[in-house]
Amino acid sequence: MQEKKRYHSVRLDKDRCKGCTNCLTHCPTAAIRVRGGRAHILDNLCIDCGECIRICDYHAKVAFTDVMANTKAYKYCIALPAPSLYGQFRGLARPEYVLEALKRVGFDDVFEVARGADIVTRAIREKLREPNQPKPMISSACPTVVRLIQVRFPELIDHIVNIRQPMEVAASVARAEFCKKHQCDPADVGCFFITPCPAKMTAIRTPIGQKKSELDGAISMMELYGQLLPHINEMLRDPDFVPATGYGVAWSTANGEANAVCPDNSLSVDGISNVIRVLEEVENDKLSDLTYLEGNACMGGCVGGPLTFENSYVAKNTIHKMVHHMSSEHPDTAVPSSMLNKYPMKNDLPIEPNTAEKLDDNMVEAMRKMNRMNEIIARLPGYDCGSCGSPTCASFAEDIVRGYCTEMDCVHLLREKLKVMAEEMVELAQSRRE
Amino acid sequence: MEELFRIAYPVASADYTSAGQASTDIKRRLKQLGVGGDVLRRVAVASYEVELNLVIHSLGGELVLSVFPDAVQLVSTDVGPGIPDLSMAMREGYSTANEEARSLGFGAGMGLPNMKRNADEFDIQSQVGTGTTITMRFKLPT
Repeated sequence: MQEKKRYHSVRLDKDRCKGCTNCLTHCPTAAIRVRGGRAHILDNLCIDCGECIRICDYHAKVAFTDVMANTKAYKYCIALPAPSLYGQFRGLARPEYVLEALKRVGFDDVFEVARGADIVTRAIREKLREPNQPKPMISSACPTVVRLIQVRFPELIDHIVNIRQPMEVAASVARAEFCKKHQCDPADVGCFFITPCPAKMTAIRTPIGQKKSELDGAISMMELYGQLLPHINEMLRDPDFVPATGYGVAWSTANGEANAVCPDNSLSVDGISNVIRVLEEVENDKLSDLTYLEGNACMGGCVGGPLTFENSYVAKNTIHKMVHHMSSEHPDTAVPSSMLNKYPMKNDLPIEPNTAEKLDDNMVEAMRKMNRMNEIIARLPGYDCGSCGSPTCASFAEDIVRGYCTEMDCVHLLREKLKVMAEEMVELAQSRRE
Repeated sequence: MEELFRIAYPVASADYTSAGQASTDIKRRLKQLGVGGDVLRRVAVASYEVELNLVIHSLGGELVLSVFPDAVQLVSTDVGPGIPDLSMAMREGYSTANEEARSLGFGAGMGLPNMKRNADEFDIQSQVGTGTTITMRFKLPT
């Protein structure tokens, strides 16, 4: 159905798919079709949000992430846990317990992505002080939101803050510090993100705005949770360890980033459908009094990621309690300004619009197709039942003009047609008899 | 030039629950047609304002999107009540929005000025007791 294969972490397990329409109607970018009795993901529209993973009762939608064995490809491997990992362990007093556990399960070193968030906080705050920035600036931290903007809101691309995600900055620092300390070749060091979502895995394999990710892979929290649990009993003892601030750790929950970056004039939105609604408002120029917009595809922020184990509300509570007892120093002072010059902070490539929704490259031809779509929609029942395999009657009409299916794939139109044919047969038979 | 595509959206008076649906659909369709960038941005603002104006001020009407090879056109027509003083209505900050609209955050008096600012061509005709017609054109890059 598309020209070029794009990498996606979210995939289908063919054997488990029953061909039902649950995922179809829940996909925010209408990127799923059911054809030939099973779901297909349109890879030019998928934004790796993982909504289909959540909704599928048969667990046919899966996220491809790295396994621990993949870390063995490197002489040394560093774990970079997203701060949402801390929320997976009820009553956790300090991140250092989780960091020590990561070392026990086989990582040579650990580096908090929350510390990356501290550095990014400071970099974004400096960026916001620059004149003539579009308002509001939109966070680049959630790759699903960035991809959503590429597909649905391409004219908002220049609102996305040109600062790398915390995991990217964390990996740059982690690798450099490790190599300096152990006098080793950067190529021998594998940096693995411990991820709450498939979108980060996709962002590592096919980065947006970067030629190459600073990370070498991502391991799902769900996969590591069971392995880490028996080891959450001792704290990391490392004289060189620099802990993240409470601000950095709070990035894992909705509003954490907004509160760190721009507490006096920001908006935090969570849940992909809410993000879409707010981006519509930005598009209508109704939020231009706002300085910063934090969008989280998942409800509750990263603690609500599809690859997390703990209930997101409980995880949020764990994080908030922990942050309450952590350093309340702001990244503005906790992060030395030399950090911002020493490591790459900005994207090296522009973020391109995704034109997959365009009906045709030629506008006149596109209008012809849209007119045909409208004619077809007028004939369709408007039930949006999904029986044809497209999520709505409108998308079915679009699929027809794109040449992917025909009107008789609609069971309701087919039934009508059969009824007419049957009546004609009866008429024909009767006329023969007369 | 020949009109290549046309779609009409009926807009009901004081229907705040559906307010914004027409402009959302307009944006969506223009993106599917390959209209982007600056034109889309300006149509987005103007279509939302004009749709909300129909909801807030009119007794009901219709918003029509037309696409020509060289321009996008929005025409809003309503069945009343009509604007008694057009020059006053075009002034920034002037609004006759009622309590209900103001309680929902509307009525800043920026609707018409915003439409005029964003459209390449803007025309408004109004007659009290008959209705108002607003025509906006946005030139497509050649």
